Amino acid sequence: MTLQARLVVERPRFRLDLGLAVDAGEVVALLGPNGAGKTTALRALAGLVALTGGHIDLDGTPLHTLPTEDRPIGMVFQDYLLFPHLSALDNVAFGPRCHGASKSDARATAASWLRRVGLAEHSGSKPRRLSGGQAQRVALARALAAGPRLLLLDEPLAALDAHTRLQVRSELRRHLAEFDGATVLVTHDPLEAMVLADRLVVIESGTVVQQGTPAEVARRPRTDYVARLVGLNLHRGTADGRKVTVGDVLFNVAEDLRGPVFLAFSPAAVALYRSRPDGTPRNLWEATIEGIERHGDNVRIHLDGSIAVAADVTPAAVADLDLTPGQRIWAAVKATETHAYPA
Amino acid sequence: MFRRLSRWTVAVPLTLALAAGLSGCGGDDSGGASGAASGGSGKTLTVFAAASLTESFTELGRTFESAHPGTKVRFNFGSSATLAQQITQGAPADVFAAASPATMKTVTDASLATAPATFVRNRLEIAVPADNPAKVDDLRDLADSKVKVALCAEQVPCGAAAAKALDAAGLKVEPVTLEQDVKATLTKVELGEVDAALVYRTDVLAAGGKVKGIGFPEADKAINDYPIAALSKAPAADLARQFVQLVLSAQGKSVMAKAGFDVP
Amino acid sequence: MLTPRPGSSSGSAGSKGSAGRGRARRDSGPAGRVPWVLVVPALVALVFLVAPLAGLLVRAPWSTLATRLAEPQVLTALRLSLVTATLATVLCLLLGVPLAWVLARVDFPGRRLVRALVTVPLVLPPVVGGVALLLVLGRRGLVGQWLDSAFGITLPFTTTGVVLAEAFVAMPFLVISVEGALRAADLRFEEAAATLGASRWTVFHRVTLPLIAPGVVAGAVLCWARALGEFGATITFAGNFPGRTQTMPLAVYLALETEPEAAIVLSLVLLAVSILVLASLRDRWVTSP
Repeated sequence: MTLQARLVVERPRFRLDLGLAVDAGEVVALLGPNGAGKTTALRALAGLVALTGGHIDLDGTPLHTLPTEDRPIGMVFQDYLLFPHLSALDNVAFGPRCHGASKSDARATAASWLRRVGLAEHSGSKPRRLSGGQAQRVALARALAAGPRLLLLDEPLAALDAHTRLQVRSELRRHLAEFDGATVLVTHDPLEAMVLADRLVVIESGTVVQQGTPAEVARRPRTDYVARLVGLNLHRGTADGRKVTVGDVLFNVAEDLRGPVFLAFSPAAVALYRSRPDGTPRNLWEATIEGIERHGDNVRIHLDGSIAVAADVTPAAVADLDLTPGQRIWAAVKATETHAYPA
Repeated sequence: MFRRLSRWTVAVPLTLALAAGLSGCGGDDSGGASGAASGGSGKTLTVFAAASLTESFTELGRTFESAHPGTKVRFNFGSSATLAQQITQGAPADVFAAASPATMKTVTDASLATAPATFVRNRLEIAVPADNPAKVDDLRDLADSKVKVALCAEQVPCGAAAAKALDAAGLKVEPVTLEQDVKATLTKVELGEVDAALVYRTDVLAAGGKVKGIGFPEADKAINDYPIAALSKAPAADLARQFVQLVLSAQGKSVMAKAGFDVP
Repeated sequence: MLTPRPGSSSGSAGSKGSAGRGRARRDSGPAGRVPWVLVVPALVALVFLVAPLAGLLVRAPWSTLATRLAEPQVLTALRLSLVTATLATVLCLLLGVPLAWVLARVDFPGRRLVRALVTVPLVLPPVVGGVALLLVLGRRGLVGQWLDSAFGITLPFTTTGVVLAEAFVAMPFLVISVEGALRAADLRFEEAAATLGASRWTVFHRVTLPLIAPGVVAGAVLCWARALGEFGATITFAGNFPGRTQTMPLAVYLALETEPEAAIVLSLVLLAVSILVLASLRDRWVTSP
């Protein structure tokens, strides 16, 4: 393990208590809603926020006793914070200079980093002359140029427009793959987290609510927040063999489980009927339409009733079924499209 | 800071104000009231007087007020040259008492006063700190380069008088500073920043025990005449004449003598 | 011409990058109607400030100007004024910038009191400031007598004394201006520098100082102008001696005693030089606040 940390930061009406372990070469994304404490955790790792408890160990040596400037870190800030009075080259050379490199060595290092991020021809430009994407790449080069062991990224793509973000994201992914230290990335964008990170750590209200590989988290959300992020309906129920009871609705599932479980299924797996379909009473319940909204190419129907569920249907289906808010309707989900796992 | 025109932060705005003819009152506390005198009630007398007259004239003002019930005497004490400037620029003054004939001449040349009378003379003394650290006891000691001397600038009356006295004695004195007025010169002695200064005897007396005055014969060559005149455009002409009479009276002379002036 | 300019570029040192956009916004903005409630007092203020200057120019003795200017005392006083005001500004920068930094960045008990004390020279009549300096640094002053006995240094009546008096009166302008700039500056740039390994000192001189440079320059300009016009503290603490301690304002004051016309000439010279210097500095360094 490269980074081993327990971060405790107590403030009035807020407490962050977070365990974090990151391997060399691994990219961990801290994901969570606004105010969950992601940025505080990142700043605590950098030493910009004092720990009130816990510890930070990097490669076996304690970091939490060191001031920020003595920690072997590199940080990319949300709005980059490139020094406006220095050229791109001098921004990147800043770290090496602070670590004792001579002016010419620092500039040589900086020039090679600017080449790596494809900005060699902009080395003389002041930050205000750079586009958002260019500034982001300079910020990354600056963070990496001093050879940190721990790279911290705070919402690195949030300040970019959608088109630039796509391009910069794939470049960032490549640079992160080449970086052999530990990387901690903070984001509220699940897609960004999944594309960039090897592992997700989901934080809510200052604590870790779920962690795992992007695939695990996407498949088995454990909180409503994560479920919303990955776009699944999530319910707590009780399993008895291949049957799961959620409220007064009974589901058939593929997994053989007992006791409290999560049941997840995609909104697209929900089928709607004007009248009660024939056949098995399982996986079927009556609901009221709460709201109807556009969702990509489809229409998302919010259902209330025994269980609250989102259903995605085609616009054609909406017309066929003549769906309107307040209407009573039957909802069903195929057993093969549900996924149950222990709570 | 009663006695001078003003010690504002910058001298420039002062000059500007004068040049633009805005000098009704020079920013001095007492001068600020002079506007009221022009009201013509006849109950306020405005006296522009040299700074060295502050103590004696304040006392005479009280005497005058009690002799003329209901009358208010307002003073504008300052450097004589500045006061003369203010008067020629139209400041509403009734009486002008100057510390030198030259400054009075500015006013008489402008036909703003006639027949000034010399009411007192002031003579120079060597002022030394009470403990007299440089052991000064006559004018010759001031020429010693180890003795720090403050003089008034030659542009102001006490400086001109000092130059005359030193000339008469055939002495060359290298002062550390040429102060802008006699009170500032005296302050340097009071604080012990200089070992000696040439100031008026009245100022030495006014400073009480903090400085010691040493008379010297050459002071006779540099006696300063103080002329006084009622101004021809005086808003309160009668009161002005009466005040000048008071100053020249036996009662006035005794007050002036008590303050250390030579009374003719 | 009289179009008001809302939202001119902010004074924040950290937001230089937005200057270009700010200008574009201004130019393309709708030509707002002139609010007379503001313009009329503005014109009155302008006249009030400029009319005395006009008076000075009108009354200046133009015919004898050249000969008066050629007098050696004028040049001596002017040179002394420029040299001492510049040295005082340097002294204020060396001491005032760190003081502003401490006031803006170090949380210590009594900081509000200290900040109030820093502004004392602003409200103190300069003559009183001069006396206060004498009481501390004078030959018999609290510190001065020790300087005299230990090192043989006396400060009153010396050019050094002029510089000290000017610095005393002018330093608050610098401190207030720089502290304001420090407070407005984005602290996160300093954090970013720290994450790159910069020590506190490196952060200060390579990041903080360049970021607040406009504020420092503005403060230095004010400080210099104030020092150049300094009269009361200078004449009280340093006295008046041509070539040594007689600066232009002192020369103006004394000229006024006997030769008002000479005083006007000296004032004009002082004004011309200061306007020249300030205008060139502002254009070069200080974006309109």
